[in-house]
Amino acid sequence: MGHQQQDVYFVPSKSYWPIVAAVSMFVTVFGAAHWLNAQPGEGGFGKPLFWVGIAMILGMFFGWFRSVINESLAGNYNGQVDRSFRMGMMWFIFSEVMFFGAFFGALFYARLFAVPWLGGEGHGVLTHQFVWQGYEAAWGASGGGGPEKIGGSFQTIPAWGLPLLNTLILLSSGVTITIAHHALKAGHRKTLLIGLGATVLLGCLFLWFQAHEYAEAYEHFNLTLGSGVYGATFFMLTGFHGMHVTLGTIMLAIIWVRCAKGHFSKDDHFGFEAVAWYWHFVDVVWLALFLFVYVL
Amino acid sequence: MTSGGIGRSVSAWAAGAFALFGGTAWANPEPNQLNMTKGAAEWSPYAMHMVALWVCVVIGVVVFGAMFVAMFRFRKSRGAVAEKWTHSTKLEVVWTVVPVIILIFLAHLATGGLTSFADTTNADMTIKVTGYQWKWRYDYVDYKGKGVDQVGFMSKLEETSDRTRQLKSNLDPDKIQVDGYHTYLLDVDKPLVVPVGTKIRFIIVGGDVIHSWWVPALGWKMDAIPGIANAAWTKIKEPGVYRGQCAELCGQDHGFMPIVVKAVPKAEFEQWLATQEDEAKVRKAAQTAQNAPAPAPQG
Amino acid sequence: MAHAATHDHHDHHGAPKGFFQRWVMSTNHKDIGTLYLIFSLTMFFIGGAFAMVIRAELFKPGMQLVQPYFFNEMTTMHALVMIFGAIMPSFVGLANWMIPLMVGAPDMALPRMNNLSFWIMPFAFILLLSTLFMPGGGPAGGWTMYPPLSLQGESIAYTIFAVHLMGISSIMGAINIIATILNMRAPGMDLLKMPVFVWSWLITAFLLIAVMPVLAGAVTMLLTDKYFHTNFFNAAGGGDPVLFQHIFWFFGHPEVYIMILPAFGIISEIIPTFARKPIFGYRAMVFAIASIAFLSFIVWAHHMFAVGLPMGAEIFFMYATMLIAVPTGVKVFNWVSTMWGGSMTFETPMLFSIAFVILFTIGGFSGLMLALAPADFQYHDTYFVVAHFHYVLVTGAAFSIMAAAYYWIPKWSGNMYSETWGKIHFWSSVISVNVLFFPQHFLGLAGMPRRIPDYNVAFANFNMISSIGGFWFGASQLIFLGVVIHCVFFSKKKAADRSWEGAKGLEWTVPSPAPFHTFDVPPVIHDDELAHGNTEH
Ligand code: HEA
Ligand code: HEA
Ligand code: CUA
Ligand SMILES: [Cu+2]
Repeated sequence: MGHQQQDVYFVPSKSYWPIVAAVSMFVTVFGAAHWLNAQPGEGGFGKPLFWVGIAMILGMFFGWFRSVINESLAGNYNGQVDRSFRMGMMWFIFSEVMFFGAFFGALFYARLFAVPWLGGEGHGVLTHQFVWQGYEAAWGASGGGGPEKIGGSFQTIPAWGLPLLNTLILLSSGVTITIAHHALKAGHRKTLLIGLGATVLLGCLFLWFQAHEYAEAYEHFNLTLGSGVYGATFFMLTGFHGMHVTLGTIMLAIIWVRCAKGHFSKDDHFGFEAVAWYWHFVDVVWLALFLFVYVL
Repeated sequence: MTSGGIGRSVSAWAAGAFALFGGTAWANPEPNQLNMTKGAAEWSPYAMHMVALWVCVVIGVVVFGAMFVAMFRFRKSRGAVAEKWTHSTKLEVVWTVVPVIILIFLAHLATGGLTSFADTTNADMTIKVTGYQWKWRYDYVDYKGKGVDQVGFMSKLEETSDRTRQLKSNLDPDKIQVDGYHTYLLDVDKPLVVPVGTKIRFIIVGGDVIHSWWVPALGWKMDAIPGIANAAWTKIKEPGVYRGQCAELCGQDHGFMPIVVKAVPKAEFEQWLATQEDEAKVRKAAQTAQNAPAPAPQG
Repeated sequence: MAHAATHDHHDHHGAPKGFFQRWVMSTNHKDIGTLYLIFSLTMFFIGGAFAMVIRAELFKPGMQLVQPYFFNEMTTMHALVMIFGAIMPSFVGLANWMIPLMVGAPDMALPRMNNLSFWIMPFAFILLLSTLFMPGGGPAGGWTMYPPLSLQGESIAYTIFAVHLMGISSIMGAINIIATILNMRAPGMDLLKMPVFVWSWLITAFLLIAVMPVLAGAVTMLLTDKYFHTNFFNAAGGGDPVLFQHIFWFFGHPEVYIMILPAFGIISEIIPTFARKPIFGYRAMVFAIASIAFLSFIVWAHHMFAVGLPMGAEIFFMYATMLIAVPTGVKVFNWVSTMWGGSMTFETPMLFSIAFVILFTIGGFSGLMLALAPADFQYHDTYFVVAHFHYVLVTGAAFSIMAAAYYWIPKWSGNMYSETWGKIHFWSSVISVNVLFFPQHFLGLAGMPRRIPDYNVAFANFNMISSIGGFWFGASQLIFLGVVIHCVFFSKKKAADRSWEGAKGLEWTVPSPAPFHTFDVPPVIHDDELAHGNTEH
């Protein structure tokens, strides 16, 4: 397992996981599309197919990663493979950044242009005069439902309650995972497991609070996905973030098990690092969310 | 307007000659038309287009010319031996800087065109255009600073075209003519009537999906977006009938929502508008009598 | 598993025997490249068949063959299949085949993910094409999917998910290519010694990773607007239909360069080979590609000049767009200078490359005209635009792919193709494609909008000419198919390792056909074997 120089390249064996992955993705989205188009109350095979697809995807991840882990433990991977994995993960995270970028872009556009224009500012004078007379633009409560007050009137989530708490939770989870990483590098197994375990728990806590916040929004604030462009950007941004936290937490939990099993060594623990990067990414997205969705 | 056979035939000849030699494709598409119309309005992108076209042609002749010379001179079959050089800073600077200069010149022209087009102020008249699947609605908003009272109507593909365009109708599109001009798919039941020599501001919105209001002779198109109002203007120089079409895919009959603008002398227009206003009043009265209270007028 | 892996490790020679094992479970870059190329050729024919329906209906005025809605489905599907099914995957296929060979790597950096990237594609297209057979019909709102129109369709969910799958595939493919180029180069293959094709793909891959997720975001918003009551694109709810166009074109414009940068790379390989002279201004070429990629992020709204943008925005996007002519011009001038002073022969790859340079430039010229906002008020959404983008896409991207196929097929198959039939294919294509698309400039200028199934009789002649060119061009592609099949299965003429006299680069140092595994051990790089190894700048 020479790390620096390799005189023989490593090429992995053929595998059936990729085709399983392709098929399960197809089953999932085919089911989902069918489900979406089903008339209300109508049965149809869309919904069951979708869940079968999800189960297949989960099974595929489990199987694929198991084989990769085994190969890694068997010492098949050299430094070059490790670097390829790292690059793969980094560029994957970059693609995720761009995905969130699309939704942040929508948020900024709606706030800075669309809503003010509908209210008659600047470029929107004529729109206001000829289409939406009397609409007073404002972001949030009264303005986010748009000129037709779609979704009725609603309130927004105050930043300095649960969201602040969640910010603190995620920030401290960033600290705990760094502690765990240092512990791993220093070979302190116990600190590693505690640090990582704490990160998992903080992730769960965050999710629990967010679920709470959503329930609050729907039940007491009348803030829903249908609350105009405000509700749309609010729930899509926080929702996709929440999905990423969920995924991250699951990955952290798996890594915790792997740490407990002693899969990682001081200087060979790409699996750990990949998840840590992912977690930091999720963290940074949250900071942006906190600032642009809740505070401002 | 004129009476008397001689006058009429002279003007018909003149119009024909003009169409052939002077400005082919002046108002409406002509068979085998190659180039953009010069347009019938004060603002026109025609000059800009021609300049850009010639710039491209000249650059093309130079570049492709050099290529053909190279292909002829430096072929192995003529015993050419490959040179070794691989770059020349001097040349590379030249062919970076020269295009930049050309582009600055074009950008300057285009910026001028853009600024004048963007200026919809000081209009003598406002018309609101609304696109629907698949017809247009025109509402006259104001004229010479005075509000116009409820003059508005729908304008859609005229009937013979509509019958002919049905799948396998076996009707001949060539047969559909108005004044000797082929109007298949370019004629409506009720054209938009406007005065010449008047700066008209259009307010353009969409009723359901996005459409785009386009009359080539006016030199621009503007999207009709649901919930958003766009503005554009024109000042038509000559009386005439100017035809166009919806230019943004808007569903199955996107190809079948033409636009016809009938530009008439100011006096004639004012007369027409007065008649329309009267008719609107009569209609309104009848309606109020029928079902009071009257519904609020929209838009 | 561990056992299997080590086992494979020892067994380096020859392909797996079973069909399923070899093609479906593959981790071999050459096999996966072949799969990509076959897939994209199939898609080219399917997308072309849709185009034939379009051209047949437009053959003369009046509606003869299809209903207007079906016509719109054809237009939409034609574009989606050609862009995402034909052009993009064929470039990925070429990358798979050639990049490891060009940089001295044994395979792609992440071979299993490579397999997944490919196998997603057939499923994505099954999903997309199946909508044509569904009760509500396929997507018919144009490939740009502008709301609210696209939301009226029944099949939008299928289309969106298909786009998601294609996006995932492209992103994984791009990650793989970047990792291969940055991590798998043989020692001594410095970045600035890499072939221009490899450079162009490095930059293209970056563009892909940057913009495919944005497309995914845009279509996700469409999905929630349709099915989950959101109001991103509904003004009554504070949104804006134009917002979709901004997000779409933020993806869409870099997307069109995704379809041309690898073409630039290919042409930069072929012209030096047949001019027997190194590429002129190697560094400038690389720098120009990078500049084009950078600029591509700040020009998107040139597709939206007629939506009613604030004037400042129109001016900004107009200037930025025009600027792209400068680096693109550098490339064109450098190709011409590469030919100047060379010792040229004109085999089929070279013929396609020369046609590329001329016809792509013509497409670029019309692009520059479109960039002038006031003139675009007239050009926009007419056949002038259709002519523009077919010149850059068909005589640009598609011609470069054909050039690449002729250039490298000796390496892939071990056989030479029939030069006579290659030339027949070329001349037939290059003439017919101009008959097909050049008159569309006239149609657009005369006032014919795009995306219409029927038109005024004034447009009749040029439409008929264009349709005839279309059928002719389509039929010419059957020759291509024939040449490829003949070359792979029947050709008696064996290819030399260095199949072309003037060819340089690592790919020509391995046998023809390239064995199943190449460069198990990093090759020793000799600068004079590289195209750019010992050029001084
Ligand atoms: C491979 C794909 C490709 C490429 C490379 C390009 C290249 C360019 N495109 Fe094109 N374009 C498309 C694909 C492409 N385009 C597509 C698919 C659409 C339609 C989408 C849809 O609506 O469906 C479109 C539409 C489109 C529009 C919108 C039109 C409209 O809808 O109204 C515009 C407007 O600015 C535009 C501009 C340009 C410009 C300026 C370039 C430049 O990059 C060209 C630069 C090249 C040159 C200029 C030639 C070489 C240069 C020289 C020889 C130097 C000297 C030259 C000068 C100084 C002039 N394109
Ligand atoms: C990479 C992209 C690509 C490619 C390669 C092509 C290739 C072709 N395109 Fe397309 N096209 C687009 C991208 C592309 N196009 C896009 C993006 C649009 C815009 C869509 C929109 O508005 O939303 C468009 C729109 C478009 C239109 C406008 C439709 C409209 O506005 O309604 C037309 C019309 O002529 C057209 C024609 C053609 C033709 C004739 C070819 C030919 O080059 C195809 C040739 C290939 C074949 C024909 C296949 C091979 C042969 C056979 C199948 C054998 C059988 C055939 C015969 C015997 C004749 N295309
Ligand atoms: Cu209305 Cu197209
Ligand atoms: Cu563009």
